[in-house]
Amino acid sequence: MNLTLKVWRQSGPKDRGRMVTYRVEDVSPDMSFLEMLDVLNERLILEGDDPIAFDHDCREGICGMCGMVINGVAHGEQVATTTCQLHMRHFEDGATITIEPWRAAPFPVIKDLVVDRSSFDRIIQAGGFVSVPAGSAPDAHSVPVRKEDADAAFDAATCIGCGACVAACPNGSASLFTAAKITHLSLLPQGQPERLSRAKAMVDQMDAEGFGGCTNTGECTAVCPKGIPLDTIAQMNSDYLKANAK
Amino acid sequence: MNFVEGAEIRDTKAPAGPIEERWEKRKFGARLVNPANKRKLDVIVVGTGLAGGSAAATLGELGYNVKSFCYQDSPRRAHSIAAQGGINAAKNYRGDGDSIYRLFYDTVKGGDFRARESNVYRLAEVSVNIIDQAVAQGVPFAREYGGLLDTRSFGGAQVSRTFYARGQTGQQLLLGAYQALERQIAAGTVEMFTRHEMLDLIVSDGRARGVIVRDMVTGDIERHFADAVVLATGGYGNVFYLSTNAKGCNTTAIWRAHERGAYFANPCYTQIHPTCIPVSGDHQSKLTLMSESLRNDGRVWVPLRKNDSRAPGDIPDAERDYYLERIYPAFGNLVPRDIASRAAKNVCDEGRGVGPGGLGVYLDFRDAIGRLGRDAVEKKYGNLFEMYERITGENPYETPMRIYPAVHYTMGGLWVDYDLQSTVPGLFVIGEANFSDHGANRLGASALMQGLADGYFVLPTTIGDYLADGPFGDVDEEAVAAAEVAVRTKIDRLMSVNGTRTPDSFHRELGKLMWDYCGMDRTEESLRKALERIPELRQEFWENVKVTGVAEELNQTLEKAGRVADFFDLAELMCLDALVRSESCGGHFRAESQDSDGEALRDDENFAHVSAWEHSPDGTPVLHKEPLEYEYVKMSQRSYK
Repeated sequence: MNLTLKVWRQSGPKDRGRMVTYRVEDVSPDMSFLEMLDVLNERLILEGDDPIAFDHDCREGICGMCGMVINGVAHGEQVATTTCQLHMRHFEDGATITIEPWRAAPFPVIKDLVVDRSSFDRIIQAGGFVSVPAGSAPDAHSVPVRKEDADAAFDAATCIGCGACVAACPNGSASLFTAAKITHLSLLPQGQPERLSRAKAMVDQMDAEGFGGCTNTGECTAVCPKGIPLDTIAQMNSDYLKANAK
Repeated sequence: MNFVEGAEIRDTKAPAGPIEERWEKRKFGARLVNPANKRKLDVIVVGTGLAGGSAAATLGELGYNVKSFCYQDSPRRAHSIAAQGGINAAKNYRGDGDSIYRLFYDTVKGGDFRARESNVYRLAEVSVNIIDQAVAQGVPFAREYGGLLDTRSFGGAQVSRTFYARGQTGQQLLLGAYQALERQIAAGTVEMFTRHEMLDLIVSDGRARGVIVRDMVTGDIERHFADAVVLATGGYGNVFYLSTNAKGCNTTAIWRAHERGAYFANPCYTQIHPTCIPVSGDHQSKLTLMSESLRNDGRVWVPLRKNDSRAPGDIPDAERDYYLERIYPAFGNLVPRDIASRAAKNVCDEGRGVGPGGLGVYLDFRDAIGRLGRDAVEKKYGNLFEMYERITGENPYETPMRIYPAVHYTMGGLWVDYDLQSTVPGLFVIGEANFSDHGANRLGASALMQGLADGYFVLPTTIGDYLADGPFGDVDEEAVAAAEVAVRTKIDRLMSVNGTRTPDSFHRELGKLMWDYCGMDRTEESLRKALERIPELRQEFWENVKVTGVAEELNQTLEKAGRVADFFDLAELMCLDALVRSESCGGHFRAESQDSDGEALRDDENFAHVSAWEHSPDGTPVLHKEPLEYEYVKMSQRSYK
């Protein structure tokens, strides 16, 4: 396959950035999207150019490090797929592909396609945990958990923290990310003691980071590589309201 | 490459007495640090996977001042996140005959009698606490309808002791540790440095006192001091270029520590995982594992005939060879990883492999779907099947998966004593980065167990005994400056070569060389060839590598180049270790040492020891042997037939 790429290049936070066009030839349909970029980068290095910087690590769709907006869609058009798991067989020969970083004020660009997502860590710091120091836990079977609850908690807990939800949201909201963690812990008996304080602290931190509000557009869940359901946001709002009514 | 033999290692600091009392004894013997003093003690933890994340969180909870470092943009992304199958624990919730002793026994045997009994027993002992801790943190393990935890059996075990969270057990356990870590960051006990890479260890007055790191965003070289340093930087499987490791996994931290005095133990012990998706072309940048839990229900086979090009569905049962079930009737498809991998290689070498290049075997779910129904199979393995289809474009519900072995884990690592302390006082090494618990072969679902055992339960106790002598005062400025200069010199050198090959092209060539000559099947001839070729390639690297851009900003090419440079040195030591160990054991298969059935043949008389390599300034490694004694598990040839 031969492709034309239009890639966002930005040398650093202070650079205004621009789209740059590259031709890539002899792309195998079995390549992953990142492997296609690897090939281009190898060429750029040999030509003495700066290769395109992008975040990636596990390349098996679980670490959440990779992420780019491909043809206007976070992680590309393939449903429930991270950028690293997207394969070139889904593109047409001769296609033009645009590649941009996540764009949201709380995710400032560091270089090219690399953004700073430390705001997500600070949302977890605000309360996305159960306060249980090592060594203090009771036997694992002392508290049975309904299978339905455990399964639903798991579904929310599969969030990989990639930030696609924010990139896709017209408001730049981090609601799906925040709600996934709140829902995961709210559904389990272990999460109950801190349930309301957790929801309040995490939502307040999300706002403080400059993420927008949720208007139920649903773009977030549509691009989410793990398919985190939109109703987690209802769970978050419910817990948040209860916390504020107290 | 020459080496000399040094003094034997006799004292591993494990307490004497009955094995079930040793950890209790050590815990009681370890000095405590009172809470007011803990605040005056600084600990650096490098790496935020299961071992490093849990250790940093726990040390923070205890009241130490912790600095935690990772190269990723968030501690949540460390490669423990990708572990799929599960975590072992001797809970015996099934009542199927499991016990701490049985898990200990299975691990020593599975490690092919090359692990330390005391350490393994402790691992089995604390395994039960890990499950309690994780559940209390809200880790959503799989449960049964009665609300209790579900378990499954896993490669190499005949009891059901593996706890799991669908195919994402590593992710869920790591997020548990990550959340505990973030809680401590919020509490101010842990200071977090993301996008920072450790490039050297500071040793002052004979003690590990800090690290030199590079801020990967600004390129700044920074110095950080502490009273103890903990390395939890994972394995070095990426020396093979293609492996199931994350792209960023590297050996730099432990290799620099090795150069600063930490012995490197059993570098040749590499685990080749039997169930990975085969290579699809030269562009391949990494390999993806399919959890071996799939072997519980999937049946492994190849055509009976050579070069059989029929579609798998067109090959009748009578013309299929379910070779694991045939050769190993007692364990069948659940034989340990090393055995399953080598068997796959053998049938492919016979010309019976499937898929492009004949480097693959089938993992077939037809019978499981027939027996359990498609829905049940989907519930158990749905996300793995999806992952497979995404990568290969084939639907495993309809056509068997194709799998092939790939480098997955390294049992070798920095040598540590019973306290997890290396040969450099104050330098502790935990998780995959150390060598201690898995011998020559790790059992499935034991990596998560070891990482968390070290981080939550073992290290926080043993490091206290060391820190009880601290704080250790000012760090020698000369030692710091020396480390910093070494780091800067290396970076300058890499930036200034300006040759004609990329770091990746060297890495790929090194990896291929290691796979061909020091992979699943090693011979004296292949290893000697590798030892000849590696220095040549390394020299070419230093004369011809090309790194673009500048060092004072985000520069991913420079990061890669630095890691590849260290992989060369490690590769050489791995081949030397593999050459010296002329027996076969676990994941280390020397073709010269096999029995009449082609199984690995150990040589206990000459090799029942840990090979701990000391770096010497003149470049001649010094081999220290730690004899292994088996008081409880009688040494025997492993048989899974």
